[in-house]
Amino acid sequence: MTIASDILRQTPLHALHLELGGKMVPFAGYEMPVQYPAGILKEHLHTRDSCGLFDVSHMGQAFLAGDTSALERITPADVAGLKEGMQRYGLLLTQAGTIKDDFMFSRLAGEADLYLVVNAGTKEGDFAYIAEKLADVAALTQRPDRALLALQGPLAEEVLERHSPGISELTFMKVTRARVAGAPAIISRTGYTGEDGFEISLEGGDAERVARLLLNESEVLPIGLGARDSLRLEAGLCLYGHDIDESRDPAQANLMWSIGKRRREAGDFPGAATVLGAPAILRVGIRPEGRAPAREGTEITDKAGRVIGKITSGGFGPSLNAPVAMGYVESGFAADGMAVDLLVRGKAMPAVIAPMPFVPHHYRRPAKTNPK
Amino acid sequence: MSEVRYTDQHEWIRLDGDEATIGITKHAAEALGDVVFVELPAGGKTVSAGGEAAVVESVKAASDVYAPASGTVTAANSALEKEPSKVNEDPEGAGWFFKMKLSDKSEFAKLMDAAAYAKYLETL
Repeated sequence: MTIASDILRQTPLHALHLELGGKMVPFAGYEMPVQYPAGILKEHLHTRDSCGLFDVSHMGQAFLAGDTSALERITPADVAGLKEGMQRYGLLLTQAGTIKDDFMFSRLAGEADLYLVVNAGTKEGDFAYIAEKLADVAALTQRPDRALLALQGPLAEEVLERHSPGISELTFMKVTRARVAGAPAIISRTGYTGEDGFEISLEGGDAERVARLLLNESEVLPIGLGARDSLRLEAGLCLYGHDIDESRDPAQANLMWSIGKRRREAGDFPGAATVLGAPAILRVGIRPEGRAPAREGTEITDKAGRVIGKITSGGFGPSLNAPVAMGYVESGFAADGMAVDLLVRGKAMPAVIAPMPFVPHHYRRPAKTNPK
Repeated sequence: MSEVRYTDQHEWIRLDGDEATIGITKHAAEALGDVVFVELPAGGKTVSAGGEAAVVESVKAASDVYAPASGTVTAANSALEKEPSKVNEDPEGAGWFFKMKLSDKSEFAKLMDAAAYAKYLETL
């Protein structure tokens, strides 16, 4: 089925994507660039070596006002304990405790409201769910008028500092209001590539001017959705609708780290009893031994040929110059180094269960200070 | 003197005497993007017109390469296994996939010539 292009939504950078030669494809109801003329391989490697600019304005931005801690009704993350100026990763859970979405939430300094960013393909459902489950205590305001840019890579700090003096002081997972070339922005030191970088929320009307300024810097190339996917896969990060969905819970997805300690001890979230038990299947990293990528849906078998799982994301990792994948296997096969087979085009291809991330993260964490 | 024909699935086939060389067109290589893997048929394999003969994978996805005509595979371009990027660099030259002996040359004659293929691309 082809979705008619006239019903696809466009981000504030649509004209710029076309001008840059972006190859536009339908994605989560939007017309988005899958790649630019440089191509996915070069865009991927450039982001790891230098700096890439991504348009992620299709993602859902919103503010939650009122008793924001009530968000804990539907997420196992520690919301109440989030300090000012910090962003955190959380899972939105169904009433059965399975994963409805993954999202980021931030507490800006001096502000009562919580700033939320959810996935593009799930935003309508997420926002309706949050509004409904918190209707008695909090109000959600969607901000489809805002744009979101991601500036990622080892040179992102140097580039952004030129247009937002002082921003280099922000460390990993911190968030602040700041100006970029005069435009008011919410900037967090986060991303979806495994590299250091920033996510920059702007008023829609400022987005194109700011994007052009950043792209004018010699270090920066525009990066499409294709490289965004290969970068996040090498970084071991989940893609909602593929690696996690409503059929998986946080334990199976190996995302227990996103559940706050206080929450784990209290067990006060949907499906806590199940999630706190031992999962029968687990999300793992997989390295095929040959050159052939194993794609989503590929069956995983043990060495005797019994099916033990399935790949949920798979492709070629440009930085590794080798195929990489993630998927779910029976827990007994989830140990690093376990030899398995992947059924690619009817043939058993050897592979091993491997630790993630496949490419080390390069986050700019605060310097360790002596506690005493 | 060799002659080149094209399929609506974007393979090219060049006939030199009895032997034909097969690859994917420039249009197909551009549409696929960066090629990272190819799976080639073994020598001696018989293929039929329109049947799966090879696989080409870009960062994005896997695609089948179909045999433009029936026959027996005589050679594969094993250089592509180490350097799949040749498919993007020179799709209609060094990026060839395999060679085969045709069992029925009339199948070749029915395929599009360069002008017809160019016209076909305009309709896509």
